[in-house]
Amino acid sequence: MAAKKSSFLKKSGLGQLLIPITALVILLLFNLIRDPSFFSIKVAVNNSGNSVLSGNLITIIDNASALAVIAMGMTLVTAACGGQDISVGAVGAIAGSFFVKILKSWETVTAGSMILAIVVCILTAVAFMMFNGTLVAVFKIQPMIATLILFSCGRSIAYWITGSATPQLSGPIIQAMGMTIPGIPIPTPIFAVILVGIVLALIFRLTNLRLYTQSVGVNQGAARLNGINPTAIKLLSFVLLGMCVAVAAMIGVCRMAQLSHKTLLVDIEMDAILAVAIGGNNLGGGRFRIAGSIMGAYIIQMLTTTLYAMNVATVNVKAYKAIVIIIIVVAGSPVIKNWITSMTNKIRAGKMNTSAAKGVE
Amino acid sequence: MKRREPLTNTQLLTTIAICIFVAMYAIAVIAPVQGFEKFQMFFDLLNDNAYLIIISCALSIVMIGGGINISVGGVISLTVMACSLFLNGTSLQNGFGIVAALFLALGIGLAFGVGQGFLISYLEIQPFIVTLAGMFLSRGLTTMLSVEPVKVSAQTHAVFYAFRGNKIEIPFLGYIAQNGNMIPAKLEIGAVVALAVVILSFLLLRYVKLGRNIYAIGGNQQSALMLGINVKRTRFLSYVISGLLSGLAGFVFLMHKPTGNASVAMRSEMDAIAASIIGGTLLTGGVGNVVGSFFGAMILATIQKIIGMSKLNDSWWQDMASGALLGFFILLQSVVLSERDKRRAKRNDSKLAVQRE
Repeated sequence: MAAKKSSFLKKSGLGQLLIPITALVILLLFNLIRDPSFFSIKVAVNNSGNSVLSGNLITIIDNASALAVIAMGMTLVTAACGGQDISVGAVGAIAGSFFVKILKSWETVTAGSMILAIVVCILTAVAFMMFNGTLVAVFKIQPMIATLILFSCGRSIAYWITGSATPQLSGPIIQAMGMTIPGIPIPTPIFAVILVGIVLALIFRLTNLRLYTQSVGVNQGAARLNGINPTAIKLLSFVLLGMCVAVAAMIGVCRMAQLSHKTLLVDIEMDAILAVAIGGNNLGGGRFRIAGSIMGAYIIQMLTTTLYAMNVATVNVKAYKAIVIIIIVVAGSPVIKNWITSMTNKIRAGKMNTSAAKGVE
Repeated sequence: MKRREPLTNTQLLTTIAICIFVAMYAIAVIAPVQGFEKFQMFFDLLNDNAYLIIISCALSIVMIGGGINISVGGVISLTVMACSLFLNGTSLQNGFGIVAALFLALGIGLAFGVGQGFLISYLEIQPFIVTLAGMFLSRGLTTMLSVEPVKVSAQTHAVFYAFRGNKIEIPFLGYIAQNGNMIPAKLEIGAVVALAVVILSFLLLRYVKLGRNIYAIGGNQQSALMLGINVKRTRFLSYVISGLLSGLAGFVFLMHKPTGNASVAMRSEMDAIAASIIGGTLLTGGVGNVVGSFFGAMILATIQKIIGMSKLNDSWWQDMASGALLGFFILLQSVVLSERDKRRAKRNDSKLAVQRE
């Protein structure tokens, strides 16, 4: 029975998701026992008179949107290049400042200017990510080192574009994008996550990109000998990450209805890498599951919200977060996994022996 | 005649870093950037960046072993905070108080080093994640100790305050002030400690078995294992050393600026990584040199000082300049190494052709 179960897990690929799912369930159970009202969802009326859903769960899913989107892109880069991009926050700030710059060239935000701004935002993020991608794919530099350049000067570039001011945005379109669309009670950023998820799922469903990315990540030389172009695959992963970063930047700008080059998507690179690792992906590249990274993003956000709900001071959240992260990664570590397998094998062998002995009798 | 051995990759990259530093400093002296004509400026760079030099060594050792440690900045902030609270609260108002604070600093560093090293080498968890958690933990513990800045002053611990004011004075490198008095060049104790750390870690990596083993496991873990090197223990010890060094860096930081604060050494881990890379350490492991990292840290410090001293006194320019500098070095290294590889491959091919004939 147990053997069947493990082969089922392997076949469906759910084995990799075992740790994140368990962590999520434990966090949910913990909250259920601690305070069942944590899960209550109410319909409230917001400032502009729309009825919206409110409650801790909605907050978690809403606030994790930017992180979830970036974690998806980060998974691809990790899988193809065997390293992480630490410049996502800085590139997000650059893309966000172009976004605001375009919107600010007109008096009011109209649908036309919004479309233009979205296109420019995505193009900017993709262009800067192509810079990273070129360093990694063509010049064969470790991703973390290559992205350290934009990490250290990206926010200064954003400052250069916007000037020292923090431009404010207003208008119904910004509110619809950052908060809720009138008539729909669910926050819009959640739809953005779903949209990006569907686009990526379609790409991987309709093309061989998943196989190509994994083979480049596992063994670049072998992939090349099989007719896959590793340079192109790596660049493509950075382009997709750029699109994800642009979406995350727009979510961040529209939610705050302003742009601050210092705080937009700040420290998100670390959380995104954590999300990828918690999702059971190997940070050394190769096989990946985007669903795991998304789950990792929600786990991180749920952890933060839970700690806030337990009245932990904002500045101390990091310490508790670190402890939970260590527990999760220790549970998912290869050594512990091997130990558990060997233990279960031993128990099974013991049972077999006793049943065999019974048969002899 | 004996054929000259070609430089190894490590030596080549380090040499480039040293040349660039010398060139940059010379330009600053000739240009002239205000302050660079005095020798004291060189010592000031050492004094202000002693902690950065120490953690650059810590990071180089880990990176040569094929790992990474981004918790160093957090450990510094935790050490500075813990030591300043200790010094303010202790009844040991004498030299023993300072020694106890030093042991507290080293103990915190050791605890982080041992914990992270165990998780990374014996439980085989990815170093980036473990040390990221270490960074969160140390920063969180710092704010748990105190959210407000904690200042060690002459009133709270007179002996420490006097001790940190000690400076080594070198008269012949000094300059003559406008009123005709000779002002000797001053070097702080922290800077001497930093230089000692550079030399000791250089000797460790070069002549001690442990150091050679660190190069081996970073270069190729499989071959190191087959040579009979205890890979796990070596990796564990490399993290222990880097933890100890970050504790020491925290104490040096406290001697330079005796105030515990949550934002102490913010992002310094990234500066240290940049310094190591500029100095020729590769993140892939097996290649690197702490002397290079020292010059990497000094290059970063010099460019920031030049911008600070020029009329462009703006953090914006400093960020842009460090980014551009880093980009330049990374590209240079990539080009130099790939050219060498190509040339070597060609030479090997021609050798093979000769053998076939």
